[in-house]
Amino acid sequence: MHVLVVDDEADVQPLFQQRFRKEIRNGQVVFSFALSGEEALGYLAQNPSKVVLILSDINMPGMSGIELLHIIRQEYNSPPPVVMMVTAYNDQENYEQAMKEGANDFLTKPLDFTALKEKLKTVAE
Amino acid sequence: MHVFSFIAAFLLLRHLLRFVKGTSLAPGWETILNKASWATVGVFLVATTLFQDGMADVMGAIYLIALLAFFTKNPDFKPTFPVLQAFFPYASVIAVSILVQLFAREFYGEWDNYFGMAMIAAFVYIFASWASYRKGQKELEKERQKRLYEEEQKKFISIKKTELEIIVASRTAELIVQKEELKKTIKELQATQTQLIQQEKLASLGELTAGIAHEIQNPLNFVNNFSEVSIELLEELKEGPLQHLPPEEQEHATEILQDLSQNLEKITHHGKRADSIVKGMLQHSRASTGQKEPTDLNALADEYLRLSYHGLRAKDKSFNASLQTEFDPAVGQVPVIQQDIGRVFLNMFNNAFYSVAQKKKNLNGSFEPMVQVRTKKTEDHIEIAVKDNGVGVPQQVLDKIYQPFFTTKPTGEGTGLGLSLSYEIITKGHNGEMKVSSEEGEFAEFVFTIPLENS
Repeated sequence: MHVLVVDDEADVQPLFQQRFRKEIRNGQVVFSFALSGEEALGYLAQNPSKVVLILSDINMPGMSGIELLHIIRQEYNSPPPVVMMVTAYNDQENYEQAMKEGANDFLTKPLDFTALKEKLKTVAE
Repeated sequence: MHVFSFIAAFLLLRHLLRFVKGTSLAPGWETILNKASWATVGVFLVATTLFQDGMADVMGAIYLIALLAFFTKNPDFKPTFPVLQAFFPYASVIAVSILVQLFAREFYGEWDNYFGMAMIAAFVYIFASWASYRKGQKELEKERQKRLYEEEQKKFISIKKTELEIIVASRTAELIVQKEELKKTIKELQATQTQLIQQEKLASLGELTAGIAHEIQNPLNFVNNFSEVSIELLEELKEGPLQHLPPEEQEHATEILQDLSQNLEKITHHGKRADSIVKGMLQHSRASTGQKEPTDLNALADEYLRLSYHGLRAKDKSFNASLQTEFDPAVGQVPVIQQDIGRVFLNMFNNAFYSVAQKKKNLNGSFEPMVQVRTKKTEDHIEIAVKDNGVGVPQQVLDKIYQPFFTTKPTGEGTGLGLSLSYEIITKGHNGEMKVSSEEGEFAEFVFTIPLENS
């Protein structure tokens, strides 16, 4: 399963790689990373239909996660990737907007990796 | 010559008549004097026609002297004495001249002219002294009038003065009342101002707190996540590659790994602690974002009272406290942000239970812990009071208790955000008020109000 993680914090990359090291070693998951919405769109354009799941932060400089979601649902929606939005603790406004734009799930920081692994399993099945 | 005597008598009677007119003597004397004066004219005519000059002179003289003697003696006419006096010289002159005529006729014939002149002079004297008497009387009268007028004026002034004094007194009283009212108003304004400043400070502190929390959250997440994943990595290392080390190295390596994982656990532990503080701080920023819904405040208070009590009992089995509730059924459904008010209740009750538990620990004896919650509906607001008989709030920290991070609990037991958050929820989120009263070692009572209008 190919997962694209979009977050402007570069340290998210080693964190995911370490957290999912077993899954990556087993070849269950492949991670790609983008530091901005724009970069994510560039990646999607180059690798169409490859990405099954997108995990995106909402508050990022430049394009926000919500904008990214909107464009994905319009331009890269065949087949529709699973999109999970990630944002700070308890942000009702963003939650509603994300759901309206067609997000599949809404996660709050700090990420609970055990729960995330479970979610990935359901998506894979 | 006798004509002068009768004129004098007539004038005397008329004067006395004028004197008695309008006084208390009038009834007895007025008619008598009137008649007497006209009788004088009658006597004069009789004396003139029937008698010789000499005889008429004698009659006139006797008549006048008799009248003078009578009225001078009569006490009723004492005030007229100055006027009567004016007649004495004339009476004397006429008496002397008659006596001289009777007993020294030649002498009289020789000095006839002088007697006549003396008599005329005495007669004129009557008029002169009478006139001067009248003038004096007039002046006296004038003086009297003037004095009367002045007295009236004085009376008038004194009345005015009293009136003015009364007015001044009432004005002064009014002014004093106004002054007192103004003083009170100023005091109230000052109190409100202090309160506003305090609120403003707390509000900006709350905002700052939330802002800081937001910034700290991301790096803190990394700390926690990396430390957790590092513990996992160490586990892996221990189970995998470590096994392949030669046995003499293995022991040393295991020791180091032990320390490393212990350190990482410490990092995780304190990271989690910081995380819970950050979460508390973040609640400041969302204190007023929730939706207000009609809520049964009595039920909510009761629910959280029990929740808090059993929460504490779970941690400390020996703890016991009597719970007293006094719910006003009129409170009913109140539009509030349920979650937020619930948090306020939880904070209040947790603090109350903590306080009584603390006191019990200190006293160790016959202390009966008690936590009380009271609700009341008034005309325009709901009042909720939470009271405990615990350790109380020391006077010197009373104005600090709503500041974020202010706590009297030992490190790690309280974040110092409970009351600051509650304060913000009540004042900012619900436009209410929060007050505290306490006596150290005796009790603490928190009272908050939620206004009812247009909420």
